[in-house]
Amino acid sequence: MSDQRAAIAGIHEFPDRRVDGMSKLQIKAESAARALADAGLSWRDVDALYDAGETGPMSGLTIAEYFGIDPRVVDTTAVGGSSFEFHAAHAARDIAAGRARVALLTYGSTAKSDARAIGTGARRPPAEPMPAANMETPYGLTLIGNYALVARRHMHQYGTTPEQLAEIAVTTRAHAARNPDAVRGLSAIGIKNTGDITIDDVLTSRLVADPLHLLECCIVSDGGGAVVIVSAEVARDIRTRPVWILGSGEAIGYPGNGRDITTSAAVLSGPAAFDQAGVTPDRIDVAMIYDSFTITVLTILEDLGFAKKGDGGPYVQGGRLRWDTPGGPALNTDGGGLSSNHPGMRGIFLLIEAVRQLRGESTAQVDGARLALAHGNGGQLGTRHAAATVILGRE
Amino acid sequence: MTQPARPLPSLDEPDTAHFWRATREHRLLYQADPETGDTVYFPRRHGVHTLGAAPRWRESAGLGTVYTVTVIRQHGHPYFRSRTPYAVGFVDLDEGFRMLAEIGGDPDAVRVGQRVRVGWEDHEDLSVPIFQAVEDSRR
Repeated sequence: MSDQRAAIAGIHEFPDRRVDGMSKLQIKAESAARALADAGLSWRDVDALYDAGETGPMSGLTIAEYFGIDPRVVDTTAVGGSSFEFHAAHAARDIAAGRARVALLTYGSTAKSDARAIGTGARRPPAEPMPAANMETPYGLTLIGNYALVARRHMHQYGTTPEQLAEIAVTTRAHAARNPDAVRGLSAIGIKNTGDITIDDVLTSRLVADPLHLLECCIVSDGGGAVVIVSAEVARDIRTRPVWILGSGEAIGYPGNGRDITTSAAVLSGPAAFDQAGVTPDRIDVAMIYDSFTITVLTILEDLGFAKKGDGGPYVQGGRLRWDTPGGPALNTDGGGLSSNHPGMRGIFLLIEAVRQLRGESTAQVDGARLALAHGNGGQLGTRHAAATVILGRE
Repeated sequence: MTQPARPLPSLDEPDTAHFWRATREHRLLYQADPETGDTVYFPRRHGVHTLGAAPRWRESAGLGTVYTVTVIRQHGHPYFRSRTPYAVGFVDLDEGFRMLAEIGGDPDAVRVGQRVRVGWEDHEDLSVPIFQAVEDSRR
């Protein structure tokens, strides 16, 4: 029987966080070309296209034409920042089914240059709102406020403290400080202190939506990237060390009467991914978890089984998730959305940094990293959100 | 220059229009499955608990408990910016449904678990439910 596995063969992270004179499409195309070159492949090898639609509607056809490729698989799953983990899961499935050999995922955003106030934005209600949204229009709940609702309930239910949440921001900043692209990026978007921060720094930054402080919120940057996923047959001849997709899981969460807001859809996607991969959370060396806010990481760490529900606060204390500390996985070793880049939909960078770690190329390299996890959370954690977990490993 | 106005829901959205029209009379409606009795919120035409029966409308007494809350201190919309800081949270109504709403009064005083009662902010075609703290009569 043929080898039906899929591997990430090429990656590229667009290095600039403040992009002058390039469009989203151009960022996507340049990232795609570099990721293909990284793998030693070319445009004509691509036979499967995955796109989250951040450049506009009907992206399946507009992007294929713009890149000049002829995909026989097209997947435009668009579930916010988690789209790219869904895409990786789907690419692995399509490759296993023999429908695709070389899958291309891309992302491009000029959110910073466009001055999009994502977290506190003044989005007008749409002319034809969805029913659920039409019940929420008059209340002015910001995106940050949405996540703050989860944080407040988590504190109430489990005694989680602001200091414990702040620890997550401190850890990701420590990783960003080791990443020259992140440091340069923080400067480029106007952040003066690009070095380490303390728990006190986080807690004395202003409250944006209680209990979340400014330094608990992801930055807004430009950016983009690309990931190339190939069949085992193609992986034999690529330039890089293949990083295998070992398992994946997908789920959707939404508010319901009586639902526990402190549990996200990761509680469903995580076990599915671990089961398929045949591994357990304690074996994960690197956890790339969508850090839109500190509470996002805390909740998802519990949902994925790194800590018991409610024990996430004590779990993250004492720098457990730092790259150089044993006792837990290294968290968001590129600096994460909190301190490296967040152009609106960060999921592709979770895959890219996980691959860097498993190739041994991270700026906060975990010694001998063998297994990494990428968990994307799209939409809004306190209300409707999409979750996908991807587990990656090297030979 | 006119004062910025609160963004209001659409009265043309088919699933939720009945809810919003009832707010004009200061009635807080929710739905329940006629077979199982399970509450349905937000409103929908189709049954989400059973396939056959459409949810039935019921009227809430408007009393509930704060499930979680945040204080919004920064907002990009001119109306909401003019109102900061204000409290928004999920309220668990006694009839068994959970709704997002503003919670009036001192935003820093709102607590998880606090008892609240619905109040109304009147507009031309509808009223916006805004909850207010009440003494806990159950204790």
